[in-house]
Amino acid sequence: MRYAMAIDTKKCVGCSDCVVACQTENNVPIGYCRDWITETVEGSYPNLAIELRSERCNHCDNAPCVRCCPTGASQIVDGGIVITVADECIGCGACIESCPYEARYTHPDGYVDKCTFCLHRVEEGLLPACVSVCPTNCMYFGDIDDPNSDISKILKNRKQKTLAPEAGTGPQIYYLS
Amino acid sequence: MKEELIISGRNLPNIDPHLHLWHWPISLYLFLGGLAAGILFFAAMVTLFGKENKFQGAVKWATIIPPIGLSVGLMALLYDLTHILYAWRLFAAFRITSPMSWGAWTLMLVTPLSFLWTLSYFKEYFPNWNWKEGLLSYLDWVIDFVNDNKKVIAWILVPSTVLLGIYTGILLSAFNARPLWNNSILGPLFLTSGLSTGAASIIMLSKSHDERRLFSMIDLVLIAIELFLIVHLIMGMMAGSQVQLEASQIIMGGEYTVAFWVFVVILGLTFPAILEIFELIGYKVPAIVPAMLVIMGGLIFRFVMVDAGQLTRYLY
Amino acid sequence: MRTNRRQFIRISALGLGGVATAATAVGAGGSVLSIFDSSDEGPNINFKRYPTYCEVCFWKCAAWTHVNEDGEIVKIIGNDDDPHCNGRLCPRGTGGVGMYTDTDRLKTPLIRVKDGDKDTFREASWEEALDLVASKMKGIKEKYGSESFALLKHGSSGSHFEHLFKAYGSDTIGEPAYAQCRGPRETAFSATFGSWVGSPEPTDIRDTKCLVLIGSHIGENMHNSQVQEMSEAIDRGATIITVDPRMSTAASKSKYWLAIKPATDIALLLAWMHVIIYDKLYDEAYINKYTYGFEDLKNHVKNFTPEWAYGITTIDPSVIRKTAREMAQAAPAVIIHPGRHVVWYGDDTQRERAMAILNGLLGSWGKRGGFYLKEKLAIPKFPQPAYPHPKWGWEELGEHYPLAQMGITNELIRASIPEEDTKHKVKAWFVSGTNLVKTIPNKDLLEKALDSLEFLVVCDTMPMDITGYADVVLPECTYLERYDGIRSATNREPSVALRMPAVKPKYNTKPSWWMGKEIGERLGLGAYYNYKEYSEVLDWQLKKIGTSLEEMERIGVKKYERGSGPLYIGDGEDYEFPTNTGKVELYSTELAALGFDPMPVFTQHPEPEEGFYHLNYGRAPMHTFSRTANNPNLSDLMDENKIWINPRVAKIWNLKKDQEIYLKNQDGVVSSFPIKVRITERIRWDSVYMVHGFGHTNKKLTNAYGKGASDTEMITKVMIDPEMGGTGMRGNFVTFITDKNLVES
Repeated sequence: MRYAMAIDTKKCVGCSDCVVACQTENNVPIGYCRDWITETVEGSYPNLAIELRSERCNHCDNAPCVRCCPTGASQIVDGGIVITVADECIGCGACIESCPYEARYTHPDGYVDKCTFCLHRVEEGLLPACVSVCPTNCMYFGDIDDPNSDISKILKNRKQKTLAPEAGTGPQIYYLS
Repeated sequence: MKEELIISGRNLPNIDPHLHLWHWPISLYLFLGGLAAGILFFAAMVTLFGKENKFQGAVKWATIIPPIGLSVGLMALLYDLTHILYAWRLFAAFRITSPMSWGAWTLMLVTPLSFLWTLSYFKEYFPNWNWKEGLLSYLDWVIDFVNDNKKVIAWILVPSTVLLGIYTGILLSAFNARPLWNNSILGPLFLTSGLSTGAASIIMLSKSHDERRLFSMIDLVLIAIELFLIVHLIMGMMAGSQVQLEASQIIMGGEYTVAFWVFVVILGLTFPAILEIFELIGYKVPAIVPAMLVIMGGLIFRFVMVDAGQLTRYLY
Repeated sequence: MRTNRRQFIRISALGLGGVATAATAVGAGGSVLSIFDSSDEGPNINFKRYPTYCEVCFWKCAAWTHVNEDGEIVKIIGNDDDPHCNGRLCPRGTGGVGMYTDTDRLKTPLIRVKDGDKDTFREASWEEALDLVASKMKGIKEKYGSESFALLKHGSSGSHFEHLFKAYGSDTIGEPAYAQCRGPRETAFSATFGSWVGSPEPTDIRDTKCLVLIGSHIGENMHNSQVQEMSEAIDRGATIITVDPRMSTAASKSKYWLAIKPATDIALLLAWMHVIIYDKLYDEAYINKYTYGFEDLKNHVKNFTPEWAYGITTIDPSVIRKTAREMAQAAPAVIIHPGRHVVWYGDDTQRERAMAILNGLLGSWGKRGGFYLKEKLAIPKFPQPAYPHPKWGWEELGEHYPLAQMGITNELIRASIPEEDTKHKVKAWFVSGTNLVKTIPNKDLLEKALDSLEFLVVCDTMPMDITGYADVVLPECTYLERYDGIRSATNREPSVALRMPAVKPKYNTKPSWWMGKEIGERLGLGAYYNYKEYSEVLDWQLKKIGTSLEEMERIGVKKYERGSGPLYIGDGEDYEFPTNTGKVELYSTELAALGFDPMPVFTQHPEPEEGFYHLNYGRAPMHTFSRTANNPNLSDLMDENKIWINPRVAKIWNLKKDQEIYLKNQDGVVSSFPIKVRITERIRWDSVYMVHGFGHTNKKLTNAYGKGASDTEMITKVMIDPEMGGTGMRGNFVTFITDKNLVES
């Protein structure tokens, strides 16, 4: 079982609902965020193209943050979801330095925090907060090892990319275009 | 025109607009770690070659620095931790893939040994103390025990100080997200730099001309290796991928160019090397000058690498 | 600086706190629930949920408010059964928690008093404040007649005060959402199809084959179900055609983006009509059966060729033809979207008429993929005596604009100024749920009116700019803390939604139904308030429509079967449009009878002089007007607006990214605050763009004060729509002041 996320940039309007929903679902303090929206504009007026992406921790296959954690607080659980156990984290910041996606941050309470694919919801059979709130329905989440899941089907049919694949981390968020 | 921006107001402390999470505590610790490793390495080597009496500076005087340095370094590290009450977790696990874990355990080993080493010379530092009575008599026993087993300690120290010196570099190079750090040269480079600053400290604190001469020669060799490795570092980055190319621009025309080339390469390596050559040839050069320059260069080098490295990135 | 009789009081300077009940830190700070926190089985286990419908914008999505064991609101999630949101709230709705937790909220009633030679606010009890309001209302009634007390409102709270005012004998009621927003399109579509567009718009986007947006920026305006349906349409390969001088998000997802020269839309619309008619792209049978005035229209657009339009709009004639064909091919599953904020250049009713005519030519009204026939459930009125008949009201005030179908706020404002030549005079205002300062263009007019009023009451949740002018400030609790009227809005099928409080009102705030009742009783209007709690009214009404308060508290939303007939007009079915002629009026008899152009003509609008740029403004998906600028969750996403400037223009002015500049408009007005520069290719070189709703001047709004600049400040030239009195705001131009020293403090 390998959880992954696919986001359709054709439909995403960059509304940042995923950012607020994650904040209220996971008690993320104001001033911090586990996910964010980037906008890329290329070309010159009026021949332009815009790409809007909702980014977060990519729950990499080859997660450098897990590799470099000195206490094992940063770990991979069933399904490939990368989490950080607050009680085992010493706040050294090595995982923050090692993440090419700048997905981690130091929580005001001292430990390091990031997107958890809403593990607490996934365990109950629900979708992560961001996926379940997106008003354009552009986010897909599921088991890519299961060929019948929504996400497997959409990944089969669409042109896709991951961010910074050359970093060698094996990110599991696919952007469809 | 290509425009790339974050539109959801992300402004994470220490991470936006660019990563600056690790500051002076880390740079200071890396420097002190390398320095201590260098000094103890030479002390151990001298002991193993049986030349303790000839090279007193190396074994007796310079070795005062490691326990102080390592303690200060450790305190700096602890200061940098944000979840400090859980710091003991470092020693509840050993993670073979994490250089930081390696470092924690190595420090666990080297620091007490460095204290013991310095302790072993206490009777020579303070001959007038009453070593036969009370607390000092227990200490006396410990000192004798350490001195009897000096060679064993030296054997342990040789590989562990090399590990300590090299891990400070591997710690950084294991972060593939920071292109400036992500190369295999950083480990040996930091080790060489550590050894070189160690040799420089020995020169500074040595009271014997022969010792200073020997370590000047060792230092010269080390500086040469360092310069060679730096050239390789830059060549490697410029022949690497796009992100590495951009990373190399930071020290080749970017914000840290002056700091790197003037303060580290010229003032910290090349100039002291020239001074040492002059001294070896026969000119009168106060030994302290090149030694101080090398040590200062080592410190600034760590600062530049830690700060500049965090500016380099894969995205945005 | 002139001295006003009515000084603007900055609530900030007064350090008023009111009773702060266990104010949680702004946002949801505190410890995160670690996955492995042994004391927890999961963060959501003991949450209670209460039904509500969102008040952040007018879409009124039904939602569930989740409250934790400590009685704090933690999150708001959409109601799955609600057709307005389909279980997914937009970012403003999701961030509604911030409205509740915002520590800058109004906390207690305030009364204006004199402190030496300055005016200030003092805290007052509800008794005092309501007594004062009631006594003033009595006084105005005796001296001038109830008609002279006007109500300017928006949102759910407004309806409670509307009831009060009507009972009191005043029909002098206006909401900015009409003349400052959608007025022209209601008049235009009414004249063409006999029916308002209404809210939510009955656009069948999910089944459309071609969606045409004239300046509308769906995706940046978060009209929830429209954004959801547009996304569905994209999935199904529908064509989107966007006409906008700026590359909006919708434009970036469009097959055709017509980067039109500002203020020239009517020319394009006329050219499209020309192509559809002269290239015979219309359904002749449909035109013959359902439309009136085809020959007149054909004659009218004879010379409005794509080539003619090209010279005006700078859009290539081949593109005009191609897009017209694309629309015609998709017909009748095509939507020329009416837009929403359509008060642009003063000829807006005519421009909306052009859009309605195109819809008429393409036959999309009442068709799948075009416009469905909307329906809503009528909610029975709680028993009360009939309202008195005032001697005059909003209709009389708007007599110059015969086609206005609601109160024209600007006319109401003019009537409040003694020097203005109006037949009726307004002496006092009650403002509820609208920050007039950021809504009404022409600050001078508004301030003159405010200065002349004998009494001003403002009811709001936040210390918005308008509160600084009030004589009495009534602090309302947020929608999460109160009961309100049953939501019954037009949609494909009728539905009702309940709003009930999830928590007790914070601080010393009260719901507006209670305020209305208390004031009404003091005015001797107890007969109109024959209940103790509003929940009694709701239960009575809900029982009348086949449900109950108890059921609605469990389900939140109840859907009903359509009663007015099918969703669409059948092919060839005999259908009478509610117009004068019973047909779709391509030639408008209603407009002709009143002496207006029965078919739209293009008028050239003024262009900016050198160094000035068209001021365009719009929305951001994470904000609603100026209402949410202080919301901690939403200001975390976007806390200021930036001015979008084309790189070529930036080069001329030597501007850098994020440089702070001041704006100055064609009348010499300078922005109060500087605004940061965004250099982007997305905006045309003759225009600039900024998001509306920033540049707050009240220091009490700690998140929003001084952030960004206010576009409303820059709108001093107002072009009035002759048909319905709408205030066209897009005829203003700005230039930049880069040297701060040149700006007076």
